Amino acid sequence: MASIAAPTSEQTIAAARSERRPGGLWLLLPGPLGWMVFFYLVPLVILLVHAFWSVDYLTIQRTFTLENFRTLLTNDLYLRVLGRTAAMAAVVTLADLCLAFPLAYFLAKRVTKHRELLLLLVIFPLWSSYLIRVFAWKTILGTNGILNSFLLTVGVIDQPATAFLYSKTAMFLTFSQVWLPFMILPLFTVLDRLPNSFIEAASDLGANPWRTFRSVILPLSLPGILAGSLSVFSLTLGDYITPTLLGGPGDQMIGRLVADNFGMSNNWPLGATLVVPILVLVSLFIAVANRFGALGRTAA
Amino acid sequence: MSSALPVSVDGRPRPARRGLLGRSGAGDRALALVSLLVFLFLYLPLVVVVVYSFSAAEIAVWPIEGWTLDWYRELSRDKEIHEALQLSVIIGVVSASIAVVLGTLAALAIDRYEFPGKAALRFAVVLPITLPGIVTGVAMLSFFSVLTWPMSRWTLIIGHTTFCIALVLNTVVARLGQLPRNISEASADLGAPPWRTFWRVTFPLIRPAILAGAVLAFTLSFDEVIVSFFLQGREPTLPLLIWGRLRIGLSPEINATATVIVLVSLAAVLVSNRLSKQATLGG
Amino acid sequence: MAQALMTETPVRADAGRFGGTPSIELRDVSKFFGQVPAVSGISLEVRQGEFLTLLGPSGCGKTTTLRMIGGFELPSAGEIVIEGEAMGDRPPYRRPVNTVFQNYALFPHMTVGQNVSYGLEMTGVPKPERQRRVAEALDMVRLPHVENRKPAELSGGQQQRVALARALVNRPAVLLLDEPLGALDLKLRKTMQLELKQLNREVGATFVYVTHDQEEALTMSDRIAVMNEGRILQLGTPGDIYERPRTRFVADFIGQTNFLEVEVIGSDGAAVEVDLPGSGPLRARPPEGVPAQGTMTLAVRPEKISLMADLPGSEIPGWDRLSGRLEEIIYVGTYTQYVLRLPGGQELAVHRQNRAVGEGEHPMGETLTVVFNPQSAALLAD
Ligand SMILES: Nc1ncnc2c1ncn2[C@@H]1O[C@H](COP(=O)(O)OP(=O)(O)OP(=O)(O)O)[C@@H](O)[C@H]1O
Ligand SMILES: [Mg+2]
Repeated sequence: MASIAAPTSEQTIAAARSERRPGGLWLLLPGPLGWMVFFYLVPLVILLVHAFWSVDYLTIQRTFTLENFRTLLTNDLYLRVLGRTAAMAAVVTLADLCLAFPLAYFLAKRVTKHRELLLLLVIFPLWSSYLIRVFAWKTILGTNGILNSFLLTVGVIDQPATAFLYSKTAMFLTFSQVWLPFMILPLFTVLDRLPNSFIEAASDLGANPWRTFRSVILPLSLPGILAGSLSVFSLTLGDYITPTLLGGPGDQMIGRLVADNFGMSNNWPLGATLVVPILVLVSLFIAVANRFGALGRTAA
Repeated sequence: MSSALPVSVDGRPRPARRGLLGRSGAGDRALALVSLLVFLFLYLPLVVVVVYSFSAAEIAVWPIEGWTLDWYRELSRDKEIHEALQLSVIIGVVSASIAVVLGTLAALAIDRYEFPGKAALRFAVVLPITLPGIVTGVAMLSFFSVLTWPMSRWTLIIGHTTFCIALVLNTVVARLGQLPRNISEASADLGAPPWRTFWRVTFPLIRPAILAGAVLAFTLSFDEVIVSFFLQGREPTLPLLIWGRLRIGLSPEINATATVIVLVSLAAVLVSNRLSKQATLGG
Repeated sequence: MAQALMTETPVRADAGRFGGTPSIELRDVSKFFGQVPAVSGISLEVRQGEFLTLLGPSGCGKTTTLRMIGGFELPSAGEIVIEGEAMGDRPPYRRPVNTVFQNYALFPHMTVGQNVSYGLEMTGVPKPERQRRVAEALDMVRLPHVENRKPAELSGGQQQRVALARALVNRPAVLLLDEPLGALDLKLRKTMQLELKQLNREVGATFVYVTHDQEEALTMSDRIAVMNEGRILQLGTPGDIYERPRTRFVADFIGQTNFLEVEVIGSDGAAVEVDLPGSGPLRARPPEGVPAQGTMTLAVRPEKISLMADLPGSEIPGWDRLSGRLEEIIYVGTYTQYVLRLPGGQELAVHRQNRAVGEGEHPMGETLTVVFNPQSAALLAD
């Protein structure tokens, strides 16, 4: 409304405070700022510096080289793994979006009783150990697992199928399930804030449900969609637990390669170089999300 | 605007206004059904873990042939798990405590002051939970090795604190934003210097949010495995111990352990939810 | 500009009870937010115990002025003196001033009693005295028996009173009130207006009151400072402001006024003779502070104008007289507004008291003659 002409009193207060006693900042800022710089930003820089180093037998040679990037860009293996990882992240994000939207909409717009309890139930898996949920999928999909024994008992198959475990499908299923709450939560938040009158006004004006969805609900929930997608995309991109437990030999993902290079293979410079494309992809996503105002209140 | 009559302006009967998908209850029912299925999908793994922790068979098969508490008995005798649990609790408590102090300070700075780089600070604080955990993990690993700090519970604490700050910051900033306007001005107006205003007015009002943030931070730290993997010393945390055992092979004892962990998380989430509700109701 | 002369407004008889050093002095105070001026060079003296109202349209700088007195903002230029002491950059908690905020700003986690005793606690008043004074203050705002309730359990009007008690219990030399009645319904607002005025007399503190409601300002204030665009346009008693507006803005902002463009013909000391195109010569009160010459604006309030037909005598010597065609009749309850079209094309609104039902009705299109006392017709420079 008149937001330009008349600043809100919050603005007035904030401005007044800053003008009065910037002294208080000296008490508040150094701790968190120092911590974040020293224990996070500096490590990030050091990691990136590693990408320009090399490894000679097991010792790191601290001399500048672009060799790692050359390897990354010319070696088919890395490009394929990278492409596979990005594709997996994209597909999982889309799947979660499709799964989360109806549930979030239902909770935000249809549920009147026990809303809070239901929302809590949705959030809860977010806080229950991720490792345990991944491991549960292995129990379900394993060769001697629940799904196979179930299908055997029911008689659909007559010997255990090996196809379920160690496959892209298994990874896809697992990823979609474990990251789902990260999508539901921001979607619920935006849909909950979306006034019912908007939706009703649109259908009053004769828009059919699909049009209402496309022209009102979708654009207005874009910040939530982007915030949720950013989480799911980013989490999938960097994961190495699921590929290790549920992926097959041909289903290598970039996070796993990074972990291996910092672990058994002991080639930190190459590992650091492999982090770069992860950072680039996530940064691109952040830039897009930021443009659409999705980062204002990314739900944790 | 919307008239009370079920007829649109041009006299056509208007479709019922409810429902995302359909014109009437049918759409709503479909929506409810889809929601239910998604909900079941969400809980399937947790249910499996809990149910099979009571299954007598060595491997998880369908149908379940017998019930037992053996795995819990085994769990109660497992020294390694006890030690790992102890370490996880220590790390969770210490990290959450440091994060509470730093996160609250940052939240106050962000809420009260305008300063250059404010947006950048906010962004930097939430970066550890925005970027994939592996990035934080390998970055800190490189950092500590350059400093030649040996990996220990301290490196774990530093790693956990770093991503826990974001959680505390988010909850506390949200609460500060909801505080009645002018309230600290009113306190100053009545003669309270800034520190008394903080202890008598601001702090009591944001305390529930701080506690909620602390509980969430503890939970996240307690379950964390991706960052921890790179920063662990000789002693593993509980998730790291499970991770190690998982790579060797499945054992029903893990189901029992997992069930216990799930219960701990559940309790934490309930407590935190309680606290944030208190926070929004104004204490 | 015009301020120099405004601050010299002579002390009037009704201001006689205010004596001694001024309670608050603003000396050429300005406030910029970045490049934007919110207050531009205000000078003002508020007397001991006075009820002074800052009145003006939204965004004119009322709140900013009040916040500078309270210490929540520092002036970009100029000086604020309270009770003879220059405030400089003294923070709010060291000023002898208390504020009643527009949204009350009560502490939600404290009971009413704790809210009210907060200020006393901060200044180290011992507990027994605190309790006594809290009870006293709540009594004064007619709110006994709520000490143990939380603010959320009170109605808006009650919260308002708690905010008032919380400020007054400290016996401040100056009480600042920023649209304190803004959130209340009309009826409650009227009651609270009277009560505030009464409190001002009882406790003897200086009240600086901010509102954009002219009626509120007129009923409550000892003096009103009319503000626009960060400046004080006129400072005076309600009667002064209403009867003798100095600028078109003031005349227009407070009450309703007819503005007619006229040419000055001459002056005889008691009145100025002007020409209203189409209607001929009229007499008006000489302007204050500006010479009567050239094209000026004649301002006359609709209720100062009478229908000739309503007057008992047929002719009042020396009164101005105008005729016009009746073009609009608006019934407003206590009066009816007639709009006349004058021969020169100007419009003239006239308010006629509704004394008896059906008294002397006039059909549209009738030509009516109206009269008014030249002393009610002000000449304005703009
Ligand atoms: N913190 C600020 N930053 C920038 N501009 C401000 C700030 N506070 C006030 N202003 C501007 O200063 C001018 C005066 O504002 P002020 O709040 O004093 O007006 P007001 O007379 O109290 O209006 P209202 O009746 O709407 O409360 C306005 O134009 C406003 O936009
Ligand atoms: Mg104001």
